[in-house]
Amino acid sequence: MRLSYPPNIKIIKVPCTGKVDVLYLLKAFQNGADGVYVAGCMEGDCHYLTGNIRARKRVEYAKKILDETGIGGDRLAMYNMSAAQAPRFVEVANEMFEHIKKLGPNPIKQSLTNTPAPTRAEEVEQ
Amino acid sequence: MTSNSRLEKILGQGEFAVTSECGPPRGASPDVIRKKGELLKDCVDAINITDNQTSVVRMSSFSACVILKQLGIDPVMQMVTRDRNRIAIQSDILGAAALGINNILCLSGDHQKFGDHEAAKNVYDLDSIHLIQTVKHMRDEGKFLGGDELEPPPRLFIGAASNPFADPFDFRVIRLAKKAAAGVQFIQTQCIFNIQRFKQFMQQVTDRGLHEKVHILGGVTPMKSVGMANYMKKMVPGMDVPDELITRIKGVEKEKRAEEGIKIAIETIQQLKEIEGVHGVHIMAIEWEEMVPRIAEEAGLLPRPQQP
Amino acid sequence: MIIGESKPLKDILFMIQNYSKIIVAGCRGCVTVCSAGGEKEVGILAAAISLARQKEGKPIEIKEVTLERQCDPEYLEEVRSFIDEYEAVVSIACGAGVQFMAEKYRKVPILPGINTNFIGVTEEQGVWTERCQSCGNCKLHLTGGICPIARCSKSLLNGPCGGSSNGKCEINPEVDCAWQLIIDVLREQGRLDLLEMIIPINDWRTSRDGGPRKIIREDLKL
Repeated sequence: MRLSYPPNIKIIKVPCTGKVDVLYLLKAFQNGADGVYVAGCMEGDCHYLTGNIRARKRVEYAKKILDETGIGGDRLAMYNMSAAQAPRFVEVANEMFEHIKKLGPNPIKQSLTNTPAPTRAEEVEQ
Repeated sequence: MTSNSRLEKILGQGEFAVTSECGPPRGASPDVIRKKGELLKDCVDAINITDNQTSVVRMSSFSACVILKQLGIDPVMQMVTRDRNRIAIQSDILGAAALGINNILCLSGDHQKFGDHEAAKNVYDLDSIHLIQTVKHMRDEGKFLGGDELEPPPRLFIGAASNPFADPFDFRVIRLAKKAAAGVQFIQTQCIFNIQRFKQFMQQVTDRGLHEKVHILGGVTPMKSVGMANYMKKMVPGMDVPDELITRIKGVEKEKRAEEGIKIAIETIQQLKEIEGVHGVHIMAIEWEEMVPRIAEEAGLLPRPQQP
Repeated sequence: MIIGESKPLKDILFMIQNYSKIIVAGCRGCVTVCSAGGEKEVGILAAAISLARQKEGKPIEIKEVTLERQCDPEYLEEVRSFIDEYEAVVSIACGAGVQFMAEKYRKVPILPGINTNFIGVTEEQGVWTERCQSCGNCKLHLTGGICPIARCSKSLLNGPCGGSSNGKCEINPEVDCAWQLIIDVLREQGRLDLLEMIIPINDWRTSRDGGPRKIIREDLKL
């Protein structure tokens, strides 16, 4: 379709969002991600039946942990979309990008490198 | 006679007994108990004092009973096993008997979750059946639970509670039988609103011959309002308030509802008098103790037999 | 098994606030099964501590290790070669494991990362409930396999009390009345007559009330 979405979104592909572990989400922030979102299939359409449901629960759990660490659970989100919905994909990418831009860079970034890095949103996607 | 209890004498003579109860105050003054005692003294054979009921801290039943004794009333000391271990229990039993308390009602006690000290450690070293056994053992064997002898033994008339309306219904009479086997002599039931169900329970009691071993006093509580009836129906575990009762109270104008509640209580007492195995009534007028004399009067329970 | 649950992160951060080099130690026993202290939880806790401390501007070095068990001396040896290089250990084993590690390594503060709650079972994934109070005097043969001491809120041995309602305990409508459960199972087995007998006053000496307990098997001692 040749729709474009913000360039500093890194896509990590998994066979099903049910594979996403709480630990991966935390490590993304440890490695400097400013935001992370998990894009799973529409609820009810999961090829593995409940993978995306499990993903949502884990995202909620990770959000709580991120709040407790002071990084902020609002830097992490879960979206549901169909693989055929390219415009929705772009819409979400833009939404998340704007959201993270408002929140600013990951608060630990200063201690990772000495120079401020541009805002990056990481996407974990099915 | 196993004690000097007036209640025991009256029941022993085959008279229909009347007891009531009052709750001690949440403060250090004897006045409330004295006032309630004076109010009830001539219309009952014994007055129960509750023991930190619903786990809300109040003056102890033991001390309030002593205050009632000073007025010439025969109190029933309620004792829960939630707050004391067997050492404190046996100690209090000796003290109560020494101070002339003649009746003890053995209870497990509401869990502390209901009260104002939820963080407390609960004891439950014994359950209510063990408590009945303990009093009987001390009184009839003259020994402590640990085996040592005690002298002289406490002479106490042993009571317990029974709730014919709690679940499971078919087990209630078995539990009553266990209490009888443990040595209980009188039972006060939870307040009765569903007389039919109570009759079914009493049928099971008489089928087992339990009415010959234990004196059963039916509990009666006057309803003050529709709100109270609904509260008891929905919020109090083990309470059976039939819809017909609520309808009946609702059917009367608001100002007359309390009066209707009293009428229902009196009718209940009259019905209880007719049921085989029921040897008395326990009137629980929660925060409405001033109504007890009138209920007793109109139910034909007065005057109480004089002390022989 | 022993069931525990993570302590709030802020409590753990408070315990380690003066340290900059710690170990987070897990256990592959009970706490792994209840997802409180296994290898995965070690990873998550270490990541969370690291993120929080970095944000504060007080970075912390964390070594992650998961022992087979922390309640057997042989397995605790695994950390001996490096534990002295660290200022403290946050152990997410059960209370027994934390204490045992503290006994074996007296020079290093061993801090509890979880609260140990009860002896229980997995009712379904993610749901654990209490079954046993370790009273040391098991009576399950008298109560159809359901423990009145652990599962009755009042530990009644001759229940139910008057607060049992619709099979639930008076303290909470989500808690089963243990005595209802006992009556139901014995009725199904045609053994309700068991409950006509009074279960006698309990001897609590075998329980925590008798003081800290010990068992010795002479036949097994080396």
